[in-house]
Amino acid sequence: MGVAGDARARVATGERIEAGPWRHILARRLLPYALIAPAVVVIVGVLGYPLGMLLWLSTQRYGLRELFQHQGQFVGLNNFATIFADPQFRYVVEVSVIFTIVNVGLSMLFATGIALLLERVSRPIRVLLSAGLVLVWATPVVPAINLWQWMFDYEFGVVNWLLTRLGAGNYIHHNWFENPIQGFTVITVIVVWGAIPFLTLMLYAGLTQVPRELVEAAEIDGARQWQVFALVTVPILRPLFLILFSLSTIWDFGVFNQVWVLLNQRPSKDYFLISVYSFQESFRVSQFGLGSAIAVVMVAILVLVTFVYVRQTVRLTNEEAV
Amino acid sequence: MTRRLAARTFFDTIGLLVFVVMLFPIYWMVTTALKPGKEILSLTPVWFPSPVTFENFRDAMNLPYFWNDVINSLIVVLSVVAISIALAFLAAVSVARFGFRGRTAFIVMVIAVQMVPLNALVIPVYLLLNQAGQVDSLLGVIVYYLAIVLPFMVWTLRGFIANVPVDLEEAAMVDGATRVGAFLRIVFPLVAPGLVATAIYGFIQAWNEYIIAYVLLSSSSKQTLTIWLASFTTQHGTDWGGLMAGATLTSIPVVVFFLLVQRRVAGGLTAGAVKG
Repeated sequence: MGVAGDARARVATGERIEAGPWRHILARRLLPYALIAPAVVVIVGVLGYPLGMLLWLSTQRYGLRELFQHQGQFVGLNNFATIFADPQFRYVVEVSVIFTIVNVGLSMLFATGIALLLERVSRPIRVLLSAGLVLVWATPVVPAINLWQWMFDYEFGVVNWLLTRLGAGNYIHHNWFENPIQGFTVITVIVVWGAIPFLTLMLYAGLTQVPRELVEAAEIDGARQWQVFALVTVPILRPLFLILFSLSTIWDFGVFNQVWVLLNQRPSKDYFLISVYSFQESFRVSQFGLGSAIAVVMVAILVLVTFVYVRQTVRLTNEEAV
Repeated sequence: MTRRLAARTFFDTIGLLVFVVMLFPIYWMVTTALKPGKEILSLTPVWFPSPVTFENFRDAMNLPYFWNDVINSLIVVLSVVAISIALAFLAAVSVARFGFRGRTAFIVMVIAVQMVPLNALVIPVYLLLNQAGQVDSLLGVIVYYLAIVLPFMVWTLRGFIANVPVDLEEAAMVDGATRVGAFLRIVFPLVAPGLVATAIYGFIQAWNEYIIAYVLLSSSSKQTLTIWLASFTTQHGTDWGGLMAGATLTSIPVVVFFLLVQRRVAGGLTAGAVKG
């Protein structure tokens, strides 16, 4: 019997088992707050404060002179008026939105396809493919961009050679960045290639959690494979799809490194996505107020898009119960 | 049965094809790094480096500031990981094990903060650090990275802790353990792999970060490795062999760590994502 038996006996007699110093009510009440306090301080101090400051800056004229004086000049909503009247800004937003839709769409499409494929291949191939995906996932962004830059090099790039060889046309000494549509194609390749592993492995993990019985029941009822996918799998994985869609949207709408590094830190106007434009206005033209206003618009768009995601995630967490 | 087999073979072939397409860029990066110069700058691609040479790696490592920047990266990353893992663990325990007023608000904050694109915050962070005289100092970068990795770390750790059934703890307490004792002896060992995984996540994020380091660290002696990679490109063109060697070197630590933990991180992330 020993201690365990004793304790069970105490439970049986209705005696409360509580031990240790956490018993004190006040301490118990305060403990959770004490535990989150340091994290809250860092998050609020280092992200919250700059976020507030970003809003504040977007109402300031803050150029080089103000930078030296450490003091901006309040101009109300002038910055916003300026950018909304600026055709370049409207163009940038359009390009960014289209870029995001294309990239999120392609990433999710390929990821879903490969995840379904992973379910259907034999074990050795599955191990090989998922190990490969992990390797791609693990490759850091900047080196990854550099390696694609090399593959698409106009002179010695392997892509030009391959395309020519495969009969897709004459790509010898083809410069991919002369035409922004082709340039954005390269950027899309890099973004999608980088996004596929994470999305695929998440979706595959989700697929394995779909109850077998449901799929089998549907099959017995005569459902075809695509029907099983559309009517059983997708509804069950809806929360996961939602999360992945939102995350991809956030990442793709904020794409900066790919453009900046790929074009050797000097992208031409044609390649301005919204984050590049905001950066350019701030750090190249030294119009920090205008740059901030652009960033605020970017955050606002993302907030709208991701509101759903946050709500969904919070709901799931609360359902899990404490 | 044969139809099944045919389908298998079909899917296996596509699987292999996807593998080749996805992995080719990495193969190309590593083999380019191992090629002598004239095989790199050849109009017909050379598929296998022959002879294999480590010249590009040697040149990359001999480049000014390489070791200096390795050390900078390590200082930044290790400080970030050490501090963030401690803070995140405490917060995660709180969220996973206690019901308290403000819990939902905290969760909302943790998730919502991850929605903020980093690039948007570069401007105020730069101006703030400029005012504080902390531009071009590793300290500013460390503090900022802390805030970047914390929300995600709290989030994943919460998942790991929540996955340990409270019953286990209660059983230990029934057996006479104190609450702290039960936590340390039962929950902690079960969460330890999650802690390692989360720490490595922080490592990877901090190691890979580009834009903040790019803006804040202007002098070559202060830069981190991701910024150093730009030094292979000059007005005279790009030293592809060196760049690929540098890219490989920069990737190796991350790849190694990543392979160690990816299963756990992925598990922690999806836990609870499907339910509902």
